[in-house]
Amino acid sequence: MSALATAAVGRETGERSPVRRRRRQWTRFILPGYSWLIIAYLVFPIAVMVAYSFNKVTTGLPQVSFAWNGFTLQWYKQWSGVPQLTSSFWLSLRLAIAATLLATIVGTLLALALVRYRPPRFRGKSAVEQVLFLNIAAPEIVLGASLLGLFVTINIARGFVTLLMAHVAFCIAYVAVTVRARMAGFDRSLEEAAQDLYANPWVTFRKITLPLIMPGVLAGALMAFALSIDDFVTSNFVSGSAVPFPVWVYGVTRIGIPPQVFVFGSAIFGIGILCAIASIVLSRRQT
Amino acid sequence: MEQPVLADHPGRVSSRPPRARLGKALAPYLLSLPAGLWLLILFLVPLVIMLSLSLQSCNNATGACVMTWHWAEFGQQISLYHGQFLNSLYFAGAATLIDVIVSFPIAYWIAFYGGRKKNFFLLMLLVPFFVSFVIRTVVWEFILSDQGAILGGLKNAHLLPQSFHVLATGYAVIAGLAYNYLPFTALPLYVAIERIDKRVLDAAYDLYATKREAFTRVILPLTVPGLFAAFLLTFIPALGDYVNQQVLGGTSNTMIGTVIQNAFLTNLDYAGGSALSAVLLAVALIGIFAYARLLGSRTIEEYL
Repeated sequence: MSALATAAVGRETGERSPVRRRRRQWTRFILPGYSWLIIAYLVFPIAVMVAYSFNKVTTGLPQVSFAWNGFTLQWYKQWSGVPQLTSSFWLSLRLAIAATLLATIVGTLLALALVRYRPPRFRGKSAVEQVLFLNIAAPEIVLGASLLGLFVTINIARGFVTLLMAHVAFCIAYVAVTVRARMAGFDRSLEEAAQDLYANPWVTFRKITLPLIMPGVLAGALMAFALSIDDFVTSNFVSGSAVPFPVWVYGVTRIGIPPQVFVFGSAIFGIGILCAIASIVLSRRQT
Repeated sequence: MEQPVLADHPGRVSSRPPRARLGKALAPYLLSLPAGLWLLILFLVPLVIMLSLSLQSCNNATGACVMTWHWAEFGQQISLYHGQFLNSLYFAGAATLIDVIVSFPIAYWIAFYGGRKKNFFLLMLLVPFFVSFVIRTVVWEFILSDQGAILGGLKNAHLLPQSFHVLATGYAVIAGLAYNYLPFTALPLYVAIERIDKRVLDAAYDLYATKREAFTRVILPLTVPGLFAAFLLTFIPALGDYVNQQVLGGTSNTMIGTVIQNAFLTNLDYAGGSALSAVLLAVALIGIFAYARLLGSRTIEEYL
């Protein structure tokens, strides 16, 4: 996330290319050529996915075959033809929205505490930081397995609620860290000015602090949403009766994938990439 | 309440000055309370429960567990599954190495020559993330399948023997891991290279450094933190990954993640699964602590 943020900063300093001499050699095509090759490699499976979403099915079974049988729009017309798939997708969407809301609020409050206060006033700050770091760096399967251990030990039925608790738990650290990174240059004198003008703390927060940290909060929320809607490992451990989209897709890899899975994949990809391009274009217009 | 503290906090209003002071003193704790509680109950406590489960004896039929301080569980599990641990280390290590080698040039190119299209190229690096992780892996199964576009075509053209296959081998698992985690390597590397002050490089050239010397003695040392972050964000998730192995690999090259998943979800062997998870966490912690020691735990956020 911060990679995109630093890109804008680097533009001013990075204008001069370090190697101006020996420009006419053929070797100058190696690096760009290679880079485009890697981009093609990254895009290739997505193209394959989109292509297979148009693949005809010749056997009676509604599942995608490895072989190419011809072009059809059938699966797009029958996109909701597999009820379990559709319902798992809506479940994932509801889960991601709820988890994003909770994790963003809770994580932003934590980020505020971490940015503003230091040890004499905030004892245990470094312990909190260590926990966040550990949460991000630990293998996800360990987190998922240990959460299952918790739910089994205290005997909670697994379903939407356990999914939500788990998703918020692994999103908080990412939100807190993202929001804090974006608050690095936060100017506290603006808040002090508001207080001097008799704004109470709540008004100061709503009118000054929140608008200023909003880009960071949105970046954190975006990250939480992306993590939650695509989470498989933790969800697989704690889902129980409520099956989110990635868990459902994983479940059918053994028995054969209905073509609608690729339709969903293509549609999500299309919507996501359009949003990303729109945000890049908009941010370029503003500057 | 005319002077509510940031976190909603009902109480008597009569003694305003002391309360305001108390509220101010409590502010950092009130702000971090919800997140702290959430992480305590759903991150730290489960880890403790996992450690305690690994020392309990469980009834495999009912899943009921009793604390028996059964330390031998670790020895048993490791002697049973050390092969899967080695598989995981090998697959994750190979995928990480491939990712570093493959993504270093493109990260370098975007950082130095991306110009005004930097954001576009970064988006292209992130493109795989717009498709669900499980679907991405399934698509690789389609690509690498014997009848699929590539192998099928090559076989029909008699460029490959009919018996040739990639799926269900370790190479397929490594290919899947390398593809799925490439952005996690490329982005930290990009951030590290981007951050290099170009004037330092100019200084090196002014002092008659050759291109190679400038690369090995200026650029490479300055990207070490990024390399380490890339390692942390690629190797450790890959180590615990089991989707790639389950979808692309065969039964002979099982990774430890598969064993843990089966222990918890299929065999209901919570003690064994917990012991293996604890060992996996310990292995990961070595890398995590080394990182925190050398670079500080806060630096990880610069690479997210």
